[in-house]
Amino acid sequence: MSKSLLNPEFLVERDEDRCIKCQVCVRQCAFDCHSYDGDDDEVQSDSTSCAGCHRCASLCPTDAINVRRTPLEFRQNANWTADVQKAIYKQAETGGVMLTGMGSDRPYPIYWDHLVLNASQVTNPSIDPLREPMELRTYLGRKPEALKLNGNGRDVKLETQLKPQLKLEIPIMFSAMSYGSISYNACMSLARAARQIGTFWNTGEGGLHKDFYEFGPYTIVQCASGRFGVTSEYLHQGAAIEIKIGQGAKPGIGGHLPGEKVDEAISQTRMIPVGTDALSPAPHHDIYSIEDLRQLIYALKEATNYTKPVFVKIAAVHNVAAIASGIVRAGADVVCIDGIRGGTGAAPSIIRDNVGIPIELAIAAVDQRLREEGIRHEASLVAAGGFRNSADVAKAIALGADAVYIATSALVAMGCHVCQKCYTGRCNWGIATQDPYLVKRLNPDIGARRLSNLLRAWALEIKEILGGMGVNAIESLRGNRLHLRAVGLADTDMEILGVLPAGRAQ
Amino acid sequence: MKRIYAKEDVCIGCRLCEVHCLVQHSKSRKIIKAFKEEFPRAMARVLVEELGKTSFALQCRHCDEALCVEACMTGAMYKDEKTGAVLHDADKCIGCWMCIMVCPAGAIQRDQRKEKIASKCDLCAGQEMPVCVANCPNEAIVFEER
Repeated sequence: MSKSLLNPEFLVERDEDRCIKCQVCVRQCAFDCHSYDGDDDEVQSDSTSCAGCHRCASLCPTDAINVRRTPLEFRQNANWTADVQKAIYKQAETGGVMLTGMGSDRPYPIYWDHLVLNASQVTNPSIDPLREPMELRTYLGRKPEALKLNGNGRDVKLETQLKPQLKLEIPIMFSAMSYGSISYNACMSLARAARQIGTFWNTGEGGLHKDFYEFGPYTIVQCASGRFGVTSEYLHQGAAIEIKIGQGAKPGIGGHLPGEKVDEAISQTRMIPVGTDALSPAPHHDIYSIEDLRQLIYALKEATNYTKPVFVKIAAVHNVAAIASGIVRAGADVVCIDGIRGGTGAAPSIIRDNVGIPIELAIAAVDQRLREEGIRHEASLVAAGGFRNSADVAKAIALGADAVYIATSALVAMGCHVCQKCYTGRCNWGIATQDPYLVKRLNPDIGARRLSNLLRAWALEIKEILGGMGVNAIESLRGNRLHLRAVGLADTDMEILGVLPAGRAQ
Repeated sequence: MKRIYAKEDVCIGCRLCEVHCLVQHSKSRKIIKAFKEEFPRAMARVLVEELGKTSFALQCRHCDEALCVEACMTGAMYKDEKTGAVLHDADKCIGCWMCIMVCPAGAIQRDQRKEKIASKCDLCAGQEMPVCVANCPNEAIVFEER
């Protein structure tokens, strides 16, 4: 084997004055970066395999470990950067498609950082959410054309038959992450947190382990192109059903769960033999048109007796507005759109980093299109893909989303350090792994607590944001783009986003 | 009484409990000093048992009817009447190792620093929370009444 030209990405430094040779790092690194030499009584670190996940540094009791980017500099070149050269070395050595995990790390403009929120001053009072009620509850699902009421005075009854709705205590749900791509304990943490906060987690295409049936009322069950784990029982367990057409990190690409991850429990849940690859085709082979999609939507509605809203999730692509319109017309109750920064357990990096459009533009385009067509009320709009904090959420809702899906931030709450090695199955934080030795590292009690804390914190912040604007319900912010102003955006961007530049009143 | 319990389903085998136990029972109670300057080095009274993916932290169970107390001929091993903890009086210990022989949990060790002293968990006497519990990164050791 010829020598690899790939140098280590990171440099692991050990402060010998602080290292007590307790070997916690040795035991914690699943990439075998650290080792103990008994002859010399020395702990050594080999930077070659370091993923930069900080597990060792986080657990080191004396803070003796530091991980930094390798100082080995390439000759400066704006075109042939170190990343570009390394990618070529890697492909020249392997001849394969480069895999990666998590959302794109490319510096696409983050429009959230170019949108600022409004607040009340003098002419309209702001509200103190600590003193006055503030409503974050929202309902997802098809809304009626009009409400028909019967009776008079105090005795009024709603005559209109409402379509099934999902009640969210906060407009944030956990995005689809399958049992298989993430561990049992990670799923358990998400499910518990969703129940605790009154929102939903999503099974992804992993099926629903029987242990999670108790969380059914807080579960969105997914039906994707591989149909893994989809049974009548499964559909009935969930509060809603999501048809997954695409994913922001890999639009147009199917899924692949390597056979090594398919252990007994995952095999049972996905209904595939132990050790076989779980391959989700790129398209649904029974959906080649909006009409075909309608058939699946209604098949699922029929199967669940029209009691559950049906979501359709697509990746944000160039023609997203027209596609979303078709999806609504096909009968979906909720349209989910996943932007280019959306995450994944495994995707070709060339796809992840180059396909799709930013979620901000997609939300605005879809909301606008549905309004123009007079069908915005026929479906709720859920945005996904790289929501980093409560301000991003508030801005998405102001742009027109009904709620958002978060996944990467949820993983980070559970300990993920976004090292992008999910696809290796060696997650040191016990999240994106099925190795029982590693899975134990995520205590579901801690995971659920941290997730609940995150959602609670974001909810408090959103209430503060709303209060500052002088509105007391999330519904009053929805699609209210006058609460947004653009800073440093081009005219076309602002036109698509439907926002005014900062400094312009109207 | 409040006891230390291990949760093997979330024990990650990092052995930080051992590290912190050692520090707690060192002279300086400073982690770097305890490991690098104090010789003979203090001993951890908790031991992580590990086989494959299963691991858990084991220390004295502070049994209600403690065999080690019964077996101790000098009275070095005794039960604290107030707390119920099984404690060890090093001054009385003659190192006959009967306690080690009878302990069903294997939680007593020979103190390597001296020739004839047993070493065991003292529930971090005087501290509200034993250090192994307080420093377990995954809450795999708990201190509670059951």
